[in-house]
Amino acid sequence: MTVFVIRRLMQSGLVLFVMSLIVFFGVYAIGDPIEIFISPEADQIERERAKAALGLDRPVWAQYFAFLGAAFQGDLGRSFVFNMPAITLILQRMPATLELAVSALLLGIVVGLPLGMYAGYRPNSAGAKAILAGSILGFSLPTFWVGLMLIMVFAVNLGWLPSTGRGQTATYLGITSSLFTVDGLRHLAMPALNLALFKISLIIRLARAGMRENMLMDYVRFARAKGLPMRRVVFVHVFKNILIPIVTVIGLELGSTIAFAVVTESIFAWPGMGKLIIDSIQRLDRPVIVAYLCIIVFMFIVINLVVDILYSVLDPRVRLSEAKG
Amino acid sequence: MSMAQATRDPGVQTPLRRFVADFAESRVAMAGLAVFALVLGAALLAPLLSPQNPYDLNQLDIMDGRQPPMTKSLEGFVFWLGSDDQGRDMLSAIFYGLRTSLGVGAMSAVGALAIGMAAGLLAAYFGGRVESVVMRVVDIQLSFPSILVALILLAVLGQGTWKIILALICVQWAYYARTVRGTALVERRKEYIEAARCLALGHRRIVFRHLLPNCLPPLIVVVTVQVAHAIALEATLSFLGIGLPITEPSLGLLIANGFEYLLSGKYWISFFPGVALLVTIVSINLVGDQLRDVLNPRLQK
Amino acid sequence: MTAPTLVVEDLRTWFHTRAGVVKAVDGVSFSVAPGRVMGLVGESGSGKSVTGFSIMGLVDPPGRVVSGRILFGGRDIAAMPEDELRHLRGRRIAMIFQDPMMTLNPVLRIDTQMIEAIRAHEDVSRDEARRRARDALGQVGIPSPDERLAAYPHQFSGGMRQRVAIAIALLNRAELIVADEPTTALDVTIQGQILFEMQRLARQTGTALLWITHDLSVVASLADEVCVMYAGRIVERGTVDDVLDRPAHPYTAGLIGSVPSRNLRGQPLQQIPGVMPSMLSLPAGCAFRTRCARADEACASEPAERGFGAGRVARCVHPLVEPVP
Repeated sequence: MTVFVIRRLMQSGLVLFVMSLIVFFGVYAIGDPIEIFISPEADQIERERAKAALGLDRPVWAQYFAFLGAAFQGDLGRSFVFNMPAITLILQRMPATLELAVSALLLGIVVGLPLGMYAGYRPNSAGAKAILAGSILGFSLPTFWVGLMLIMVFAVNLGWLPSTGRGQTATYLGITSSLFTVDGLRHLAMPALNLALFKISLIIRLARAGMRENMLMDYVRFARAKGLPMRRVVFVHVFKNILIPIVTVIGLELGSTIAFAVVTESIFAWPGMGKLIIDSIQRLDRPVIVAYLCIIVFMFIVINLVVDILYSVLDPRVRLSEAKG
Repeated sequence: MSMAQATRDPGVQTPLRRFVADFAESRVAMAGLAVFALVLGAALLAPLLSPQNPYDLNQLDIMDGRQPPMTKSLEGFVFWLGSDDQGRDMLSAIFYGLRTSLGVGAMSAVGALAIGMAAGLLAAYFGGRVESVVMRVVDIQLSFPSILVALILLAVLGQGTWKIILALICVQWAYYARTVRGTALVERRKEYIEAARCLALGHRRIVFRHLLPNCLPPLIVVVTVQVAHAIALEATLSFLGIGLPITEPSLGLLIANGFEYLLSGKYWISFFPGVALLVTIVSINLVGDQLRDVLNPRLQK
Repeated sequence: MTAPTLVVEDLRTWFHTRAGVVKAVDGVSFSVAPGRVMGLVGESGSGKSVTGFSIMGLVDPPGRVVSGRILFGGRDIAAMPEDELRHLRGRRIAMIFQDPMMTLNPVLRIDTQMIEAIRAHEDVSRDEARRRARDALGQVGIPSPDERLAAYPHQFSGGMRQRVAIAIALLNRAELIVADEPTTALDVTIQGQILFEMQRLARQTGTALLWITHDLSVVASLADEVCVMYAGRIVERGTVDDVLDRPAHPYTAGLIGSVPSRNLRGQPLQQIPGVMPSMLSLPAGCAFRTRCARADEACASEPAERGFGAGRVARCVHPLVEPVP
C-alpha cells in the first residue's frame, strides 16, 4: 500500500514538472505582455524599465528557473494585472469554485442516482425511457447555452433568481460560503444547476447501467430466494454494489467539475478561479495562467490519489488484496 | 458474383445489409440521421440557402439591427429568426456558422483519428516499450478533462482557426488510440492474424488489411461521439472568447454575441444559434447511440 | 403414505422472445414427499433449472408460467401474488444455486446476509438471529463459525461458500429445498461431503429435496426418485433403482451409457449422437427422435405418457421395456 502510494506520488511529481515546463515555455510564446501593459506612445526607456520590473528582460530559461525555484517556496509569480502574488489571487478565488463544484456534484447525486436506479429497475417503463431521453439530452446540451437559457427564463423573464455574482456569504464552522445565507443560495442555484446538468446525466447512465447489470446477477436471485422484500434487495444488495463504480466516478468528476466551472463561472460572473483564468488568458496575465494550471494539475493528482484510496476502502475485495500485497 | 447476387436477392444477408437493417430498427436513430443530413445540407449549401451573405458588410444595414424574428428587412426579405446588432440575418449567420462548426469538428476528427489510430495500432502490434510509453501518455492525458487540456493548449498556442483544430486534435486523439489498441489487442490474439503471420505477410499488410478493418466498428462509434464532443467544445471555447477568431464566426461566437442582448430580452440572437448547435449535437449522438448498440458484439441477439 | 410436500401439475413456463416462443418447460408433472429426495436430471437447456425457478416464483420476464399448477401446502404457487410468495420464499421453500462464487453478495458480510434472511420472516432480535446463523454454519461443517460470520464471501473457498449458501437455506427450517446443481462447481471430495450431509438433513428434518443436476451418479447416490428431462418435458419418471437399472426411454439409456464406469474399462464409451435441438425449432412429436436409433415415422406424432408399473412413466413410442398398462 505504502509502496503503491509512493510510486503514485513520484509519477505525479513528474507529471507536475512536465506540465510546468510545457505551460511556462508555451505561455512565453503567446505574445508580449509589454505590448498590452504599456501605452504605444511610451519610449524605449520606459519599456525597458517596465520589462525589468516584470522580470521579462532575462532569458527564458532564467525566468523558468527563477519561477521553479520560487514555486517550491509557494511563490508562483505576481499577477501583472492585480499586482499581487498569483497564488494568493488564485487561493482567494478557490473557495467560490469549490463551493460551486461541490454543490453541483451533490445535486448530480441527489437527482441522478434515484432517477438512474429507477430507469435501470424498470428499463421498459415509460418513465425510464423519458429519463434516458433526458440524459441523452443532458449530454448533448452545451453547458454554456443551458446557462444562458437559465438566465433568460429565471432571471430575465421570471425575475426569480439573480444572474450574476455570489451573493451574501456567511461564515460557519470556519468556512465562508454562500451556502449559509438565503441570498447566497439564490445566487448559487442557477450556476450549480447549470454545472450539475452533465453530472446528472452521467450519474443517471452509470446508475441505470449498474442497476440493470446487477439485477441480472445470481446474488440478486439468491437474495430474492431468501424471501427478502424487493426494497431490501434493491437498496441494500444492489445499491452497495453499484455504489462502488459511482463513487469512483464521482470522485474523479470533482476534478472535471472544477475544470468545467470555467464555463459556468464566466456566464454567471461567479467570482471563482475559472473566471479568473479566462480573464487572465484574454489579458495575457502570464503568472496567473501558469499558477492556475500548476495548481489545477496538482489538485487533479491529489483527487485521483484520494479516489484510489477511497475505492479500496469501499470495496472489500480490493481492500484485502492490498493488505495482503 | 456473390456480391451481385446478394444485392439483388433480398433474402441473402450481407454484413452491410444486416447492419443497415439493424440500424433502421430504431426510428429515433433514423430521425437523428435525417436531421443530421439536413444540418449537413444546410452547412454545405449555406451560400445558396441564405437570404444574405452575413459577412459581406455591404449587404448589412445597421438600421436592420436587432429586429425580432419574422420582421421584414429593409432589403425586402424576412428575418425569420431575427437579426443581430449589425443587422445580420440570424438564419444566414447560422447556416454559415454551421459550416464553420462542422468543418472544424470534422477536420479535428480526421486529424485525431489519423494520429490516434497510428498510435493505437503501433502500441497493439509491437507491444513492449512502444506500447507502455504510448499508453502511459494516453492514460495521463485522459485523466485530465477535455476542457482543461484545451485551455492549457490555447493558453500556450494562442488563438486562431488552426490552433483550435490542433487543440481539438490533442484533446481527442487519446480516445482513438485507446479504442484502437483495445480492439487490436483482442484481434491480434485471434487465429487469423496468426495465420497471416504464418503466411509471412508483411507487417503493413497484416496491420492494414487484417487488423484495421476489424477495429473499425468500435472506432466508428468513437468517431460519432468525438465529433459531437469536438463541436460542443469548440463552441464552448469560442463562447468564452478563447476559441475561433471573430473572422470565423462559429455558432459559439454567435451565441456569445447575443449574450449581452439576452439580458434586455432580445433572446433570438443567442437562442437560435444555440438551438442549431443543440440539434446538430443531439442528432449526431442519437446516431452514435444506435451505432453503439448495433455494433456492440455483446448486445447482438 | 403422507401427503406430498410439493405437487407440480402440467407446468408450462414459456419465454416470449423476439425470435419466438421458447417452451423451456412444457407440461411437467411430478411430486415430492416429505423427507424424500427427487432428482431432476437433464442436459443444460433441458428446462430443469427453469422448473426450479418456477417453483420459487422467480421466473423473470420474458419468461412466464403460462399454465399448470404448483401445489405447495395446499396452495397454488403459480397463482400466488408476489407478496405472499415472498413470505414463502426462504422460509418454507429455500433454494441453493449452482455457482457459489456468484450467489453471495460480494460486498456484504456473511452475518449480514444470514441475519437478514431470518429477520425477513421472523421478528427476532439481531442477537438471536446471529446465534441461529452461527449454529447453521456449524451445522454445515464450517469451522470456528463465530469468526467466519464477520468475513466477506471472497474470503471463503468455493466449497465453503456453498456451505454458507446451504446454511442460509437451512436457517428457517424450510419444508422444501430446491437445489440447482449445487455441487457441480465443487471438487469431488467436497461434493461427496455435501451430498452426504444434505441426505442426512432431509431424513432427519423431513425436508423434501428437489435436486437438479446433469450428473446421473449424483442422482444414483442421493435421490429416491428421478425425473429425466429432455427439451422441456419429462421423458421418464420413477424410482431411482427402476429408472437406472431398467431405463424405458432411449434417452435415459443413453445418459446411463455415457457415464464412464470402471466395469467397462477398455470398451468404447457410448454416446448420444448429435446435440439437443434448438428450443426455438423443436421437431414435431418426440423431441429426441432426431438423435434416437429406435426412431421411425410413428415418433413424429406426440408420444403419450405410458405407465411401467409402480409410479413409473415414460414418454416413448418404442420403449426399451414393456409397458405395464
